[in-house]
Amino acid sequence: MGATKQVTDATFTDEVLMSDKPVLVDFWAEWCGPCKMVAPILEEIARDNEGLVIAKLNVDENPQTAASYGITSIPTMNVYQGGQIVKTIIGAKPKAALLADLAPYLG
Amino acid sequence: MSDIRTVIIIGSGPAGYTAAVYAARAQMHPLVFEGSVTAGGALMNTTEVENFPGFAEGIMGPALMEQMRAQAERFGAELVTDDVVSVDLSGDIKLVTDGEGVTHRARSVILAMGSAYRELGLENEKRLSGHGVSWCATCDGFFFRGQDIAVVGGGDSAVEEATFLTRFANSVTLVHRRDSLRASKIMAERAANDPKLRFAWNSVVEDVLGDAKVSGLVLRDTVTGTTRELPVTGLFVAIGHDPRSELVRGQVDLDAEGYVQVVGRSTATNLPGVFACGDLVDHTYRQAITAAGSGCAAALDAERFLAAQGE
Repeated sequence: MGATKQVTDATFTDEVLMSDKPVLVDFWAEWCGPCKMVAPILEEIARDNEGLVIAKLNVDENPQTAASYGITSIPTMNVYQGGQIVKTIIGAKPKAALLADLAPYLG
Repeated sequence: MSDIRTVIIIGSGPAGYTAAVYAARAQMHPLVFEGSVTAGGALMNTTEVENFPGFAEGIMGPALMEQMRAQAERFGAELVTDDVVSVDLSGDIKLVTDGEGVTHRARSVILAMGSAYRELGLENEKRLSGHGVSWCATCDGFFFRGQDIAVVGGGDSAVEEATFLTRFANSVTLVHRRDSLRASKIMAERAANDPKLRFAWNSVVEDVLGDAKVSGLVLRDTVTGTTRELPVTGLFVAIGHDPRSELVRGQVDLDAEGYVQVVGRSTATNLPGVFACGDLVDHTYRQAITAAGSGCAAALDAERFLAAQGE
């Protein structure tokens, strides 16, 4: 078990929308190569930054949440703050680029 | 500063990993920069690879790359999941600076950065990227279940994507600027027999329509010049690749299309001790097996170069 946490259709509201801290949700699936490439980078960012919760949502097993946010491409990484999307990152990026995108939410 | 390496390999598709296997077995202790989000290369975005010799039943692209990676590691290649941000290849000692800002030194460098997806170059293609425009059918096909979508391109990868997408979509229209496919016969035949696959021949994508997400395409007929709208909710772009040679531009000789130029049948570039392989040099074949073959050649060329230097 890494530093990221798993969320599902059932837990999304409680663990993401109601969270006190900002939450990055990584929409991913087993069959997505770029998702696998970005996964270890997200683990590192989660380990090094306590201010931002990093959650993973498997779109295969949790199609409702993915559909309700209109996800058509993965990996998509949405940052939620106070129940609202404040940042959307589409596609795998190098760690430095992700850190720059996420800087305002790392606390 | 770190010790001087025998060889640094930049890139990690079939070319980079095969070079790593050979260099590692030759006791050259290669340092391999796999790329931070490109490790494994283009095959990481594919499904079944049916034409790699030795896998009679086919193998998934990512699984094949995982095997090549493990094979390189087994013989002692040092694999780093980071990018190279700059190089100085001019001297006897080559300088390679990684994404963390650390500069590594080596007596030889093997370039295997591969290629990147080509874009149509339309403003709305960029704007709607991730909102119906995609470059990865295996990643995103799932989201278009029961919908009408399009693939643009006419080569093997376009046809492979189109036939793969018919698993999910209601219909897939293959948009191609010519009146026949460039794809291999077996792929073209499979496409022609697929009841969900339609063809828009002699057509180019002139625009992508949609506010928040894709709602259609404007196609222009290359023969008559007339335009028409094709209502689709997804567009998969598979019009080929461009070599990822930006890193070495201005140091290593490139041709007009940006491919690294090599001497004859070898992998030698214009700079002594710098070798190039895989899609980075290949206009013609661009297959996993040809990339692997040229990666092997690059490792052998580097080994012979260093031997001649009295290493």
